[in-house]
Amino acid sequence: MKTALILGGRSDIGLAAAHRFAAEGYAIQLAARNSATLEGDKADLELRHKIEVQLLDYDALDTAVLRGFVDALQPLPDVAICAVGTMETQADAEADPLLAELTIRSNFEGPAQTLGLLANAFASRGSGTLIGVSSVAGDRGRATNYIYGSAKAGFTAYLSGLRNRLAGQGVHVATILPGFVDTKMTEGMELPGKLTASPEEVAEAIWKAHEKRRNVVYVKPIWRVIMAIIRNIPEQVFKRMKI
Amino acid sequence: MIVEGWGRFPRTRTTLRHARGEDDARRAVAQSGLINPLIARGNGRAYGDSAASPGTTLAMRRMGRMIAFDATTGLLEAEAGVLLADVIAAFLPRGWFPAVTPGTKFVTLGGAIAADVHGKNHHHDGSFCDFVDWIDLMGPDGEVQRLGPNSPLFQWTRGGMGLTGVILRAAIRLIPVESAWIRQRVVATGSLAETMACFEESLDAPYSVAWIDCLATGAQRGRSLVMLGEHATRDMLGPEQRARPYEIPRKGTKTVPFSAPGVSLNRYSVGAFNALYYARGKAGAGTSLVDWDSYFYPLDAILHWNRIYGRKGLIQYQTVLPLDRSEAGLTAMLDAIAASGQGAFLSVLKRMGPQGGNISFPMEGYTLAMDFPRSANALALCDRLDKITLDHGGRYYLAKDSRLTPNTLRAADPRMGAFHDMRAREGLTPHLASAQSQRLQL
Repeated sequence: MKTALILGGRSDIGLAAAHRFAAEGYAIQLAARNSATLEGDKADLELRHKIEVQLLDYDALDTAVLRGFVDALQPLPDVAICAVGTMETQADAEADPLLAELTIRSNFEGPAQTLGLLANAFASRGSGTLIGVSSVAGDRGRATNYIYGSAKAGFTAYLSGLRNRLAGQGVHVATILPGFVDTKMTEGMELPGKLTASPEEVAEAIWKAHEKRRNVVYVKPIWRVIMAIIRNIPEQVFKRMKI
Repeated sequence: MIVEGWGRFPRTRTTLRHARGEDDARRAVAQSGLINPLIARGNGRAYGDSAASPGTTLAMRRMGRMIAFDATTGLLEAEAGVLLADVIAAFLPRGWFPAVTPGTKFVTLGGAIAADVHGKNHHHDGSFCDFVDWIDLMGPDGEVQRLGPNSPLFQWTRGGMGLTGVILRAAIRLIPVESAWIRQRVVATGSLAETMACFEESLDAPYSVAWIDCLATGAQRGRSLVMLGEHATRDMLGPEQRARPYEIPRKGTKTVPFSAPGVSLNRYSVGAFNALYYARGKAGAGTSLVDWDSYFYPLDAILHWNRIYGRKGLIQYQTVLPLDRSEAGLTAMLDAIAASGQGAFLSVLKRMGPQGGNISFPMEGYTLAMDFPRSANALALCDRLDKITLDHGGRYYLAKDSRLTPNTLRAADPRMGAFHDMRAREGLTPHLASAQSQRLQL
């Protein structure tokens, strides 16, 4: 039986991905802080899909113990999906260096370090898929969201580098760029319906990226167009825009 | 945030919150009150404004975990946000099916209980809550009570449109089935009398429903295709189906990507469609095997089918008339519809069994459900149909309503007065309200 590891197993996207892979018969490793509180989700996954679920304690910010976490995985999964991340409001993160640090570490450092260790293990096995959920916010820094965005930009670049490094070694690396998603993170925000994906749509994109070995996936294709435009606005103009 | 029902009218401005667990629900309920009433929302398949509050709308879809299943009794315990589609996906392969299902599988368990939905087997088996062993209901004080059918609050919650509390969890009994197939018999009837006679002769068929041609007049008034069905046993299947009895051929879904211009449904296009549909059905009348998805949920294959009706949305009109007044009432309704020239191409007639619970919609008799593109003409027709409903002792299905007035509702359904008084007495009224309950003064 194949196994999928979900890093950030409490998040809406992480849980949706767990269900998507479980529906394909994968055993699931749900990794999150206080993982015992995910017993209800474990029972749900097992009941619906007749697969086994492990709950693993995992804190992406506790980088000192990440190696131990990866070494202890039993089995080493076939697929690892990282849905770890947080988003503070830009104003709060600008005002408070500790919040900015938390944003940068939980969106870049923690996810990158964890996937980096998994990459080493997958490379020595010679197989596996690493999937990082990054963000279109990383495609260009904007005044309204650049602390979160720059962390995601770092994560996107890291995934790109991993993909380049592992291309010849049987390990596939996919970057998922969701755009707006209707999750806990965005609750209360007025999101435009046509640009907003559900966690289930993101999970479907993750599954397809694995199955079809896709590299960089915009969950809603319109975002590829939007971000191409945003990236190509000359800096002289861009710096005066409010977007 | 703007929230709308499946009929896309009315639209309600609300604060939308998501419950992922009991604590989220408790926090939202604690903040409810006169200026910020709360209503729970399932998957938004009620047609009108029953699942939107001018205060807080508590979305329950993310509280959608299955908890336990007893494979000897078929009892499934699950959170309220689980969809019937999820239940079927998980348990049909193991030989179980929901005991009662409405015409879409995209409803949550909580929504199905709140509306006490019925299906094609109401005359035979009752409604959804006849197969609910218990519910966990959170009151305005945040306390959760486990209620069984013997509890009065259970009987008010059943069909109570979420106005008695937030349904968090439920235990529903599934029924064992031998296959994923329905053995269907289609009977083409030439008049209303024939259609009703066919229903009365078929009361022992587990499923029965009729597609009725609302535009046929004169001698053909009330002509229908009556569809009778039962879960196919293994010996009814062909050899290929018997090898994999719970599998059906995979079908694609289609989606309506944008709203159609409002003029595409008119009396000519609908009249032509109806004549064609009837002729095709008549030619194909007889017995056949139909897969569960096509039989129970023909419209689910077209995602966002409500967009066919254009941006103004659609009106669902559903009433039930008591048995002894059904023929007279239906005759008057069909005449009114024909006279209006208002096309209704998804018109469904169904024989119902007796009432269950305190305020559930069904009663022994006939229920007619139609939808119209929303227009002044259609609304005027609905007012005429209201008069016929009242004259014949009929009543309304709140899950479909988007336009009733409190006076019409009270006149048709005196139980609503008792419901209103119970809510006031128990201190529920200021905390739990939807745009619909405020409009109808429930």
